[in-house]
Amino acid sequence: MSELLTLAFVVQIVRISVPYVLAALGGTFSERGGVTNIALEGILLASAFLFVLGSYLGGHAAVGLVCGLAGGVGTAALLGAMAVTWRADPIVSGVAINLLALGGTKFFLKLVWDSSSNSSRVAAIEPLARGEGDLGALLELATHPLIVATALLVGGSTLLLFRTRFGLRLRACGEHPAAAASLGIAVRRIRWTGVLLSGLLGGLGGVWLASNQHQFTDNMSNGRGYIALAAVIFGRWHPAYAALACLLFGTAEAVQILLQGQGHGVPTQLLQALPYLLTIVTVVGFMGRARPPAALGKPFEG
Amino acid sequence: MIPQPAPPPPDAVRMVGISKRFGTLQANNRIDLTVRPQTVHLLVGENGAGKSTLMRILAGLCPPDAGEVQILGQPLRRASASLAIQLGLGMVHQHFMLVEPLTVAENLVLGREPRRRGLFDMAAARRAVEELGATFGLPLDPRAIVGDLPVGQRQKVEILKALYRGAEVLVLDEPTAVLTPPETRRLFAMLRRFRDQGRTVLLITHKLDEVMAVADTVTVLRGGEKIADLDAAQTSPPALARLMVGREVRLDRGAAAPVVVPPQPVPALELCGVSLRGRGEADGLHEVSLRVEPGEIVGVAGVQGNGQRELLEVIAGLRRPDQGRILLAGQPLERLSARQRLAAGLSHIPEDRQEQGLVLDLTVAENLILGRQRGFRRLLGLDRRRIARRAAELIAEFDIRPPQGAVLARTLSGGNQQKVVVARELAGGRPPRVLLAGQPTRGVDVGAVEEIHQRLRTARDGGAAVLLISADLNEILLLADRILVLYGGRIVSSLPAGEASLERLGELMLGAAGESR
Amino acid sequence: MSQPAPTSVLPPRLFRGRLSVEAQTALLAPVLALLVAVLAANLLVLAYGESPAAILGLLLAGTWGSAYGIGQVLFKATPLILTGIAVALPFRAGLFNIGAEGQAVVGALATGVVGASLPAGTPWPVAIPLAAGAGFGAGALWGGLPGWLRGRFGAHEVILTIMLNFVALALANYVTVSGFALPETLHGPPIVGGAELSRLSRFFPALHGSAASTAFFGALGVALLSWWLLFRTVFGYEVRVLGGSLAAAVGSGIPPARIMTLVMAIAGGCAGLVGTSSVQGYKHYYEDGFSGGIGFMGIAVALLGRNHPLGLILAALLFGTLSQGGLAINARVPKELVEILQAVIILAVIASSQEVARVLRRTGGGR
Repeated sequence: MSELLTLAFVVQIVRISVPYVLAALGGTFSERGGVTNIALEGILLASAFLFVLGSYLGGHAAVGLVCGLAGGVGTAALLGAMAVTWRADPIVSGVAINLLALGGTKFFLKLVWDSSSNSSRVAAIEPLARGEGDLGALLELATHPLIVATALLVGGSTLLLFRTRFGLRLRACGEHPAAAASLGIAVRRIRWTGVLLSGLLGGLGGVWLASNQHQFTDNMSNGRGYIALAAVIFGRWHPAYAALACLLFGTAEAVQILLQGQGHGVPTQLLQALPYLLTIVTVVGFMGRARPPAALGKPFEG
Repeated sequence: MIPQPAPPPPDAVRMVGISKRFGTLQANNRIDLTVRPQTVHLLVGENGAGKSTLMRILAGLCPPDAGEVQILGQPLRRASASLAIQLGLGMVHQHFMLVEPLTVAENLVLGREPRRRGLFDMAAARRAVEELGATFGLPLDPRAIVGDLPVGQRQKVEILKALYRGAEVLVLDEPTAVLTPPETRRLFAMLRRFRDQGRTVLLITHKLDEVMAVADTVTVLRGGEKIADLDAAQTSPPALARLMVGREVRLDRGAAAPVVVPPQPVPALELCGVSLRGRGEADGLHEVSLRVEPGEIVGVAGVQGNGQRELLEVIAGLRRPDQGRILLAGQPLERLSARQRLAAGLSHIPEDRQEQGLVLDLTVAENLILGRQRGFRRLLGLDRRRIARRAAELIAEFDIRPPQGAVLARTLSGGNQQKVVVARELAGGRPPRVLLAGQPTRGVDVGAVEEIHQRLRTARDGGAAVLLISADLNEILLLADRILVLYGGRIVSSLPAGEASLERLGELMLGAAGESR
Repeated sequence: MSQPAPTSVLPPRLFRGRLSVEAQTALLAPVLALLVAVLAANLLVLAYGESPAAILGLLLAGTWGSAYGIGQVLFKATPLILTGIAVALPFRAGLFNIGAEGQAVVGALATGVVGASLPAGTPWPVAIPLAAGAGFGAGALWGGLPGWLRGRFGAHEVILTIMLNFVALALANYVTVSGFALPETLHGPPIVGGAELSRLSRFFPALHGSAASTAFFGALGVALLSWWLLFRTVFGYEVRVLGGSLAAAVGSGIPPARIMTLVMAIAGGCAGLVGTSSVQGYKHYYEDGFSGGIGFMGIAVALLGRNHPLGLILAALLFGTLSQGGLAINARVPKELVEILQAVIILAVIASSQEVARVLRRTGGGR
């Protein structure tokens, strides 16, 4: 088990956790404003695809980045239109958006690359410095723009949610929208902002997924959006705790990958199911009830 | 030069011709309301008189269908809460508009947050709580989580919120409902201070006795219309109660003179020292004891929110009493489930017809067997023929329209919906042992009222013990053989129907000392 | 103080007659949704440089145009009916079951395991019910658990069922790879011959080659049975009372927690019967990862079928037509077109239900 203590393993955990952290930060904003966000999965997938498409057509990762973020925001906007503007059920909307993202990316994968499995290789966002061996991997990690951005975004999100006017209003809209409205706060606009932020942050997560592999592969989000949602709940709708939950889930996944190659007696599926089991325990209240925002999932009619 | 007299200060509130309709309900009908500056103005009326709607329009939370609103001389050009706040209106809602997981400081400044270097300035928010609290004598801990505060404290947060936004006109919706008498006295002292400092206070209430002391002027609403503008000094709670309740008093009971049933060895229903904590802002029950004999109608009078709902819930088995005993024909009831109570002969016409009495998306026939569904089994399924037959019988007997069992309950008028409930609860040949009737004719069309009343009398004559809880004093005077008055969760008076009058009841309901039992 | 009587300010009705807003919505919303979906499909087909009319013709020819195509539609619709019921039944009690996927997976696994472990000569009257019953039981357990947790602890069933989907996938994968699967494969041993369901082509030779089995009639039977349960029994009555008003249920002595547990267990059991259609009726063994979103499609089917056990048969046939039609057009336009269409239909249905109801209320078109 000494592999668990190596630097390479730590690097691996971070790399696995990045998309979880970004999507979970996004989910926190959406849900704090009162909009349940099952669509994180679709946001990751659509933004990953659009990153690759942008990078492919524009020939540069920066174009991909812009396209990927736009894809995330656009997918989130669909959720915003459904759940905030049209007051439809956010859960059904989210499920449908995920189906749409899955079918849509497959459709355009065929249209653009004539393949049902993967795109061609595209330019990716690279670390600013490279090195050899474990230390080199660490250096690449520390100088990768997306990883640095993720670290900053964890702090920034916490600050935004708890130390700014917008954060206070967002939380008020998720807890008691009628109270917020009675003070002249535009509840729908605030909720929309929370949803769009989830698209922006989740979109960055999708960009990381695709950039990391230099290509898009079919269904490459592979349930990560749901794990991120689990992390939001397990982290009790707090950006920093949600990020920590993502690191925990990322560690479980890293251990699982490590064990898979070695044929230990440990059922790797147990590690796979760990995030979900922990979330079930959290919502049932065996570890102290996690209290969701009081108006979560309820459309604002006022 | 003739010195021009200073222009008179604008009215604090001026509402002209306000109308608002929700579906078929005319909540406000061309209401005019003028509140002079630096007064304490009272807006009174029964539940459903249109007070809350009018105040929501004033606060910019809901656009009127017609009419104009001015606050301190400035027009409220559109329904906008921020505009109303900007014009100087501060609203303390009956159901507090507080975000419970946030702190007092955060709630205070929400929507108008102090900022420092782009960030929310928590220190300034806390200072604001302390400074405003000191200025107005409302000390609060700025760091306390609002959800942890008792209701009296929450109300202070709401008042501070209005003052923080510079409210010149303070509207308080039923502020005394949640307060203990000493808290109420302190609140009134504060409101008087506000007036003396030049602010205007608009109080909405239906508990009259306590607020008359502070009021300068009074407006009475009834059924969505304005009934009267009065000078507080020239009126009295009983006079106001008469205006609020309205309608010509029909004390002509015809042949239905009250029956006097002497106490039986075993009453049909008996409560001994029943106490129950109130939910939210309502009064609970405090050591309520009462008996209802077979063959009498006992009416419970009282202003809404004095424990009526709790009394119904505790007898119907929806809530367990915190202490005390409930006996149905001598058997203890509090351990039985709702279904077992029904089997023991307890019928219940719930106060909340559309939520509890009916399932609007089921058919009339299905609603007619609610709670009795297990009696309609055949083999593995429901005996549809027997259900249809029962429905046809009851629809004919109770004249439910349209006379079809297969239509959804939602499509019926309020009166016919209520007839469905009454039919179900009184069905089955012999009358129930005990019938709880909560607001049996509220929102019911006039034609159906008389029919429902007749049904209650018939049940009584058949030997049922009827406990009638109604906010409509006429209904109580018309039906009850004996009248109990509920005030602040206690039974403050018990009198035979023959000794009751609207005036007497009005006084008792408003907390005037009644004779002790 | 007297004032003239108020005059009616209600605008004229959109429709005459006694249709409620709900009924009008139920009729109008799916029509509107299909229009939106057709529009989206046209745009995508045009983007691919094909003619929408030709593609539609191809789609119809490949499905309802031949006996084989019809058989395939029935085959695709079978599991959708079952997962649709699994969503629709709890919905009637006010619960949202997002867990049909996981319930189907554990059900199919149980069917595969039991079917494979029966003695070789087990006669079909014993083997078929045993294998199907195992699927129902396992699904019922997987659905009943969140129902019970909801009733007992108030934990949100949506989160619970989402999470249990993934736990089910991990559990099934664990069972498969740790000894159940045949070497070098991800599928279990074949079930005994007695547990297999007949292909429909045995009775209707024209369907030859299509994968439709008697499981389709089984699913129809389950839909009829769940309709009977919902509308003709005391239990179904209590489910509908609970879904209509919690206060009315409590007030009339209906125990919410027990009803929630039971209805979720029955729903899970129906989803578990997907194992019957896919293992007993088609592959004849359990294969890891077979489900592929069948549970999520159940949500769409239930929505489009207005949560009515009979309405969702039609919805399942529509979605089955789309899935099979996707294969028929795949040579010209990627079959994923129909996945997009399915998603657009769901989005359009729920958005238009809200909007149609709101517009009707505003114009006073219903009561």
